[in-house]
Amino acid sequence: MRHWLAYAKVLIVFICISCSNEDTAQYTPTPTQLQIPKLFEDNILNPVIPLNNPQTVEGISLGKKLFFDPILSRDNTIACADCHNPKHAFTDPNRFSDGVDGLLGSRNSMPLFNLAWNYDEKFFWDGSSFSIEHQAFAPVTNPIEMANTWPTVEEKLIQHPEYPELFKQAFGASTIDSTLVTRAIAQFERTLISSNSKFDKHLLGETTLTSEELNGFNVFMDETRGDCFHCHGSDKNPLWTDNAFHNNGLDNTFTDLGLGNITGDPADNGKFKSPSLRNLAFTAPYMHDGRFLTLEDVINHYSEGLKNSPTIDPLMKKVAQGGVRLTSKDKADLKAFLLTLTDQEFISNPNFISP
Amino acid sequence: MKTVFSMLLTLLLVCTSCGNDDNSTIQATNITFNFNHDWDGNQVTNTNFNTLDFTNENGEKMSITKLRYLISDIVFTDENDIETRIDGYNLVDVTNAEGLSFTATSGLANGTYKNVSFTFGFNNNDNYQNYTDLNSASWNVPSMLGGGYHFLQLEGKFIDSTNDEVGYAYHAIRAVDNSVSPQKFQDTFFEVNLGEVTISNNTVFNINMNIAEWFKGPNTWDLNVLNNMLMPNFDAQVMMFENGQNVFSLEP
Repeated sequence: MRHWLAYAKVLIVFICISCSNEDTAQYTPTPTQLQIPKLFEDNILNPVIPLNNPQTVEGISLGKKLFFDPILSRDNTIACADCHNPKHAFTDPNRFSDGVDGLLGSRNSMPLFNLAWNYDEKFFWDGSSFSIEHQAFAPVTNPIEMANTWPTVEEKLIQHPEYPELFKQAFGASTIDSTLVTRAIAQFERTLISSNSKFDKHLLGETTLTSEELNGFNVFMDETRGDCFHCHGSDKNPLWTDNAFHNNGLDNTFTDLGLGNITGDPADNGKFKSPSLRNLAFTAPYMHDGRFLTLEDVINHYSEGLKNSPTIDPLMKKVAQGGVRLTSKDKADLKAFLLTLTDQEFISNPNFISP
Repeated sequence: MKTVFSMLLTLLLVCTSCGNDDNSTIQATNITFNFNHDWDGNQVTNTNFNTLDFTNENGEKMSITKLRYLISDIVFTDENDIETRIDGYNLVDVTNAEGLSFTATSGLANGTYKNVSFTFGFNNNDNYQNYTDLNSASWNVPSMLGGGYHFLQLEGKFIDSTNDEVGYAYHAIRAVDNSVSPQKFQDTFFEVNLGEVTISNNTVFNINMNIAEWFKGPNTWDLNVLNNMLMPNFDAQVMMFENGQNVFSLEP
């Protein structure tokens, strides 16, 4: 009996050791969670994190390094951050961005923040890319952007003195491929959360708005004046965008079909994604083609500059008169309110600046 | 949204089944709610959107570019007037073909119920809660109009009396008169009674909305006059409420 008990104990120890050995052999990067702001937690659905690309400390760190590294471009001159500058809420202050050959695109670079709350996961002005990961594939091979090939990128990263180890730490991977590159960049981009504007603090009871800012918010929410909230969120939707696609009356005819070019449906012609209104102080110029240099230009467009077309959104009112014709005071106050959505902490966050 | 309803229905099942362990007539049944749409008998889906294919009661040719609406509180009433309430809500998004159907496991006993009803929109208690999914769908009503949520968003274009194509935004909310202080409210949610139904396993309810009814009666809707900025328009909201009474039906 004593003999069998001893045998059983040894067997259990072996089982435990073998299990434990299996665990240590399986490398796991350090899981981490997005820091969800209170107003987001209280008011909107949770962010979208794909099951096959969970956030990890090592993945985010690698993604940040890749984001700021020109190694992804054909001639090592352009990084993601060149067209998505942190000081400008990760957009480009130039109307169109320079590619490696000095070629210019036809759309303004989109700002990058709160991307994990884009529930439909349609990215770019025309919604042509599904998921942040998939979006990150495009600029690397776009001939007017980084103009590279993925085999070239992969080879450069494999030969790099640091990246092979960093990929191993981030994904436990002995190889480097485009999928892992885009996963790492996506992890970093999901951490770009902007939630500390004056208006956020107002909602949290930490500050008060001026009478002009409050009136501007009322203009924003008033269906008979600005009526901005139907497409750009509200005090109950801190994203300040519906992440949907609209024709906001910029043109009578279209040189850029936008969503229509992707869906092939003429009813989608001239529709572009509603951008967030956060951080407008940093994101000029405005609209998908950067045609407006100032917020005054934007407000004047909606107030008296609307142009009719077959797909103009029904929410664009009084199109025949050019718009709702806001008073000068309402325009000034609306601008004052919009600037309360400025998040200075976001553009100076050391976690988001070049390593 | 479907998840919200499913979870609540499942919760109902759990609660009901716990309370009726000894009742052999009650068993898990799957109930499917489909939301269909027509224009005076002609089926409407999002494939019919964006073209001026419809003519309203007032004679305007019109299109639909967006249709979303909210239903809540489905109630089954049995022969003994005992109500089984399914709390929760469903945002039907015809534009994106979402929320058009959901299936739930219910603890309802099989048999005949003399009525099934749901609420169009939210009652006042439900309307002033905070729903993260509805906020995420930009479904809110501005606080200057009392807050809460939209009940309906129906948008599109019509040919006006000068033959121009003009947009309309037929948005239904709880009616509020901002011209008086304090604000004057009038309820515009309403109960839709679908009549007698029989529940068995895998019962399917096909609920139909005749979109044309929103423009028909008792108020013949003139889009030339009422096409936009209707949320703060108290009288327009009451008219929507009145026209909505005959919008829904249960398909056989």
